[in-house]
Amino acid sequence: MKTKVGNDKMFNFFVYFFAILMIFIIVYPLWFIIIASFSDSTAVANGEIWLLPKKIQFDAYRELFKQSLIWSGYKNTIIYTAAGTLFQLIVNVTAGYAMSRKDFLGKKFWTIYFTIPMFISGGLIPTYLTVKQFGLVDNRLAMVLPFAVSCYNIIVIRTFFKSNIPDSLWEAAQMDGCSTFRYFIQIVLPLSKAILAVIGLWSAVGIWNSWFDAMIYLTREELQPLQLVLRRLLIINESLIKQGSGDLAARLQNLSDKMKYAAILVSTLPIMCLYPFLQKYFNQGVMVGSIKE
Amino acid sequence: MSKDNKRKNKRYYAYAIKKSVPLYIMILPAVVILFCFTYIPMSGIIIAFKEYSPAKGILDSPWVGFKHFIRFFKSYQFGNTLKNTLSISIYSILVGFPLPIVLALLCTQIKQGFFKKFFQVTTYLPHFISTMIMCGMILLFLSPSNGVISHILSFFHMQMPNIIGEPGKFSSIYVWSDVWQNVGWDSIIYLAALSAIDPTYYEAAIMDGASKWQRIKNIDIPLILPTAMILLILRSGSVLSVGFEKVFLLQNQLNMTASEVISTYVYKLGLLNAQYSLSTAINLFNTVINLVVLLSVNQISKKLTDNSLL
Repeated sequence: MKTKVGNDKMFNFFVYFFAILMIFIIVYPLWFIIIASFSDSTAVANGEIWLLPKKIQFDAYRELFKQSLIWSGYKNTIIYTAAGTLFQLIVNVTAGYAMSRKDFLGKKFWTIYFTIPMFISGGLIPTYLTVKQFGLVDNRLAMVLPFAVSCYNIIVIRTFFKSNIPDSLWEAAQMDGCSTFRYFIQIVLPLSKAILAVIGLWSAVGIWNSWFDAMIYLTREELQPLQLVLRRLLIINESLIKQGSGDLAARLQNLSDKMKYAAILVSTLPIMCLYPFLQKYFNQGVMVGSIKE
Repeated sequence: MSKDNKRKNKRYYAYAIKKSVPLYIMILPAVVILFCFTYIPMSGIIIAFKEYSPAKGILDSPWVGFKHFIRFFKSYQFGNTLKNTLSISIYSILVGFPLPIVLALLCTQIKQGFFKKFFQVTTYLPHFISTMIMCGMILLFLSPSNGVISHILSFFHMQMPNIIGEPGKFSSIYVWSDVWQNVGWDSIIYLAALSAIDPTYYEAAIMDGASKWQRIKNIDIPLILPTAMILLILRSGSVLSVGFEKVFLLQNQLNMTASEVISTYVYKLGLLNAQYSLSTAINLFNTVINLVVLLSVNQISKKLTDNSLL
């Protein structure tokens, strides 16, 4: 018995050791981005920054916010996220509700209709050609309309309604002469705040972080979302600062490197502000999705 | 009698239809959008068997049978992209499938309280970082001249190689950065499965003097196996579709031999070189293989472990 206890002590030590190591591996890169964006750019370039910022400065942010591209990107992303989330919520929740009703005629057919797209898709080119035919290339609607339906979300929502809203409620409401629409808006929706929050937050994060559709459907600079502006800055390594301000080339290079850290922080901040709300619904979100019929 | 029944039936249907009308109105937007932007493109797959030109349109372009498929199978890029896609994907499953299970088991061993909460919140956090930011971070940190890792190495008087330009390192960068970003998030489902285990199992095991390790080995792991199998099946269904976004963003001229996967090749051929038909054919090949793998893994799993999707 004693040896077992000894074993468990050893075991506990390893558990906490690996847990702390894991936290460090995840937190350090994020922390480094924060301190690097506030430190002196030469110190960042020379590798003098480890745990705390050095000579706190805000020049990277000042330079970043001078860029009209960042502002237009931010504005576009907010528009797409707000409109897209609202639209996705309306479309998917109403469809999910209809699918959850027992007396819905043709339910089997529509279940298949919403299942097929989860496994088969037309692929890039046919989809592109279709979107183009609808005249949505270089149109803000391309970010909101074509891919608003999420079959997976519809099934999650349907499952939620089925298991959380009793059939007897609808029967009772019907007796009292309540119409479907009124029942849905006044009774079902208020009872479903949890699922609305989960789906809404998921859609919002998804749209905020997306860029591929924007890259292929929006070619005009003034329509592009923040993530595509970041692509130019972070991946293509385009310097946004105009040359010829009298600075040394090396200093300019260091500053534009530092601007990358600042840009990462600025563009991720809104998601991080949502994080406490998201967190509340983590387990719920994953669990609702995993329940089968 | 039968007439009466028929009439009753008719009345019933009339009633059911009337009751379903508002539901049809509610489902309509989703149905229309899905039809326009998913089902119409599905029918567009036929251009894989045609010589599509935008001037003629889909219907009037001439049929060419399997020409585009044969052209792809014979081309140099076929072997290369297939090899790259498979190696990244299998590497990704080998590492990315077991680690969330390990993390979940680790997490359940931490005592309830602030530390556990903190551990969970931090491990989930990177999941919400966008792919773009993630790739930006990878490029910044791995930069051979002034990335943070090169500074750490120079502290030990070591030279930082240009990892991001080395074809051999590409799959490792892809897989391990993915682990960093998603291991916590992917463990949630296992945590849920673990919390559903009946506590009397543990009580009985403790009575019999089982150590913590023995409890994990003999209770936890067997009981989360069904969940794990289902997730493995789902994952195998996308064995030929490595996440396009990340590969595309991390690609550069130097690592191209290892980083050109099927999806990036489809994108370049189709949208940059306007080879619509060839690109669609390659994509269709990809979809078919994915479906076949999904169904066969599902079958195998059904036979071996009694767990399956369908």
